[in-house]
Amino acid sequence: MKQSSRQTRNRRLAGWLSLWVVGMFGFGYALVPLYNIFCEITGLNGKSATLSEASAAPLEVDKSRVVTVEFAVNVSGIPWQVDRPETVRLRVHPGEPVTVRYSAHSLTDSLTAGQAIPSISPARAARHFRKTECFCFTRQELQARESRMMPVTFVVDPALPDEVKTITLSYAVYPAPDVKLTSS
Amino acid sequence: MTSTVADHHHDEVPKGITRWLFTTNHKDIGTLYLWFAFIMFLVGGAMSLIIRTELFQPGLQVVDPHFFNQMTTVHALVMVFGAVMPGFVGFANWMIPMMIGAPDMALPRLNNWSFWLLPPAALLLIISLFVPGGGPAAGWTLYPPLSSQGGMGVDFTIFTVHLLGMSSILGSINIIATILNMRAPGMTLMKMPLFVWTWLITAFLLLAAIPVFAGAVTMLLTDRHFGTAFFDPAGGGDPVLFQHIFWFFGHPEVYILILPAFGIISQVIPTFSRKPLFGYTSMVFASVGIAFLSFIVWAHHMYTVGMPLSGELFFMYATMLIAIPTGVKIFNWLATMWRGSMTFETPMLYAIACVALFTVGGLTGLTMSITPADFQYHDTYYIVAHFHYTIFAGSVLGMLAGVYYWLPKWTGHMYDETLGKWHFWLTVIGFNITFFPQHFLGLAGMPRRIPDYALQFADFNQVSTIGAFIMGFAQLILLVVVVKAIRGGKEASSEVWENPEGLEWTVPSPPPYHTFATPPQVR
Ligand code: HEM
Ligand SMILES: [Cu+2]
Repeated sequence: MKQSSRQTRNRRLAGWLSLWVVGMFGFGYALVPLYNIFCEITGLNGKSATLSEASAAPLEVDKSRVVTVEFAVNVSGIPWQVDRPETVRLRVHPGEPVTVRYSAHSLTDSLTAGQAIPSISPARAARHFRKTECFCFTRQELQARESRMMPVTFVVDPALPDEVKTITLSYAVYPAPDVKLTSS
Repeated sequence: MTSTVADHHHDEVPKGITRWLFTTNHKDIGTLYLWFAFIMFLVGGAMSLIIRTELFQPGLQVVDPHFFNQMTTVHALVMVFGAVMPGFVGFANWMIPMMIGAPDMALPRLNNWSFWLLPPAALLLIISLFVPGGGPAAGWTLYPPLSSQGGMGVDFTIFTVHLLGMSSILGSINIIATILNMRAPGMTLMKMPLFVWTWLITAFLLLAAIPVFAGAVTMLLTDRHFGTAFFDPAGGGDPVLFQHIFWFFGHPEVYILILPAFGIISQVIPTFSRKPLFGYTSMVFASVGIAFLSFIVWAHHMYTVGMPLSGELFFMYATMLIAIPTGVKIFNWLATMWRGSMTFETPMLYAIACVALFTVGGLTGLTMSITPADFQYHDTYYIVAHFHYTIFAGSVLGMLAGVYYWLPKWTGHMYDETLGKWHFWLTVIGFNITFFPQHFLGLAGMPRRIPDYALQFADFNQVSTIGAFIMGFAQLILLVVVVKAIRGGKEASSEVWENPEGLEWTVPSPPPYHTFATPPQVR
């Protein structure tokens, strides 16, 4: 075989394989949105879907059924005290909108910003726990020593599987990552 | 099977340090890789002895816990990425061109680059141990949030991974191009020696898995310094996502570590059984099958993260399936030995130990693939026992079989058989003393990656540490054996062994600097 033609073939193959490598690098990144979509569809990891307007349409209230909703919160890495609602466990009917208030209190003398990340358990309830209003939708800023009530409005979808009797809504509050404060 | 002439024209070997810096010769580069791997093997081994010394007794005696965690992390990284992977690339460089009748690798200059990326990478990793905050301490799996919190050492590690990954990718491209384009006339794919086959498959696995890993650590890097939040829940990310991406790479990686060893012992066992390999075709297909399956089983490392039942079941059944092609291989090796006229030179001893002990690792793997059972085994010493039976007994013993098998070919001298046997027995006995008790420790509940432990684990840990020192120091015998064979010894013939198969045995020992400048005709 001629030396030069072999060399071209080698280079061409190396080129194709390099393209494939770049593609696999991209695939690694593509796993991120794929994973999030997968978790949202299945409600895995307690990711409850943020509500679109359409699905926020009023649901029929199922008076015959009662579900216990529990509230929890923990704070890490930010000098805030966040308290869960007065009623730690609430008995609600599926389909009925409910509002509860967490309260946050800044323990420092400067402006701070935090972000609350919700999580629902059990995981299979996540899809059926719909928040229509939540302080977790945006990041929250507290002025020095400020206290504030933080409301969350939710509705438990009547399609919730029968065997789920208790749902826990838990927030983890972190410093808002690397964002510039809007006011100072 | 083959008829060839080795040609000896203009066999000038360049001299001095520049020979090694600028070499594009596959044999030189193979030698560089093998020495690099051996040095890393000793460095990683020293780290493991620090780990075992601390674990000799309960309580904290020798190192502080943070340093202990750095040792478990860096030991694993050095062994996987510094010793085993480069070691096999060294074999590929030396043997593949000679086995398929090619004059050199397809892209010789790229080949030089693939090697010379390694020493800086290793240096970065070692330096990381001395920067403020110390080296990486989150385990070789680099799980966040621990790895997003560590100091500068973690960034060093990330760059190390980038460099090593680049090296593996370039090496793989070269190997694929060599195997697909450079075979001698008549050397059809299904006539290739099994070592060449397993490396072809490994190279494809590397090209699919390493870029994903590079992506994962890049995300880690941007999470740490550039405000992204892939794995940071505060910004809407998820640490479990890292585990998925990591193991999507990580499980194929373990087959990257074992397939070339399977290839080597598939060369060694027929030679010393004086029979052709049993079930060549099924060996090829089993390797391809293992490679495909390896991409759909990753979450068996994550049974406890809270997957849905259907996920747990899928990954459980898929993992169990891997045992089938693996079993095919084991039975083929046994059938090759069956009624062969076996002799037990050092390479054969290593190959037999590799098959026998790898089977133990495969069996523990099977028990861990059972989801409910794995809830008990996960993150205990049982896992540590499992992966040392697969990686040390499988990959490393396989590699040692290859070293003894081809050392006379590489150096032109027979190695010292007595020393070889000492090396073998001390290694294998030391290995079992070290790792067999770890099964019991794990079943009794001793977690992995801890510097201190409850009193009831003391006895088995002491036994294990004693074994580790036997095994560790035995590796110095290998150094002696290799240096002796390079310096001199009984001249080796071209064939070295009794009627071995393969083109590499048709050239003199040591082979001239350039072999197969005119391709041999394979019938
Ligand atoms: C019969 C084939 C195998 C099966 C069924 C199997 C199964 C498993 C399972 C289920 C785990 C996860 C255990 C846990 O973390 O709870 C595991 C871990 C591991 N396996 Fe295997 N395995 C097999 C072969 C191999 C081979 C060939 C290698 C490498 C050469 C290997 C290397 C590892 C390593 C390094 C880990 C631990 C990773 C870590 O957490 O650090 N395994 N294996
Ligand atoms: Cu695995």
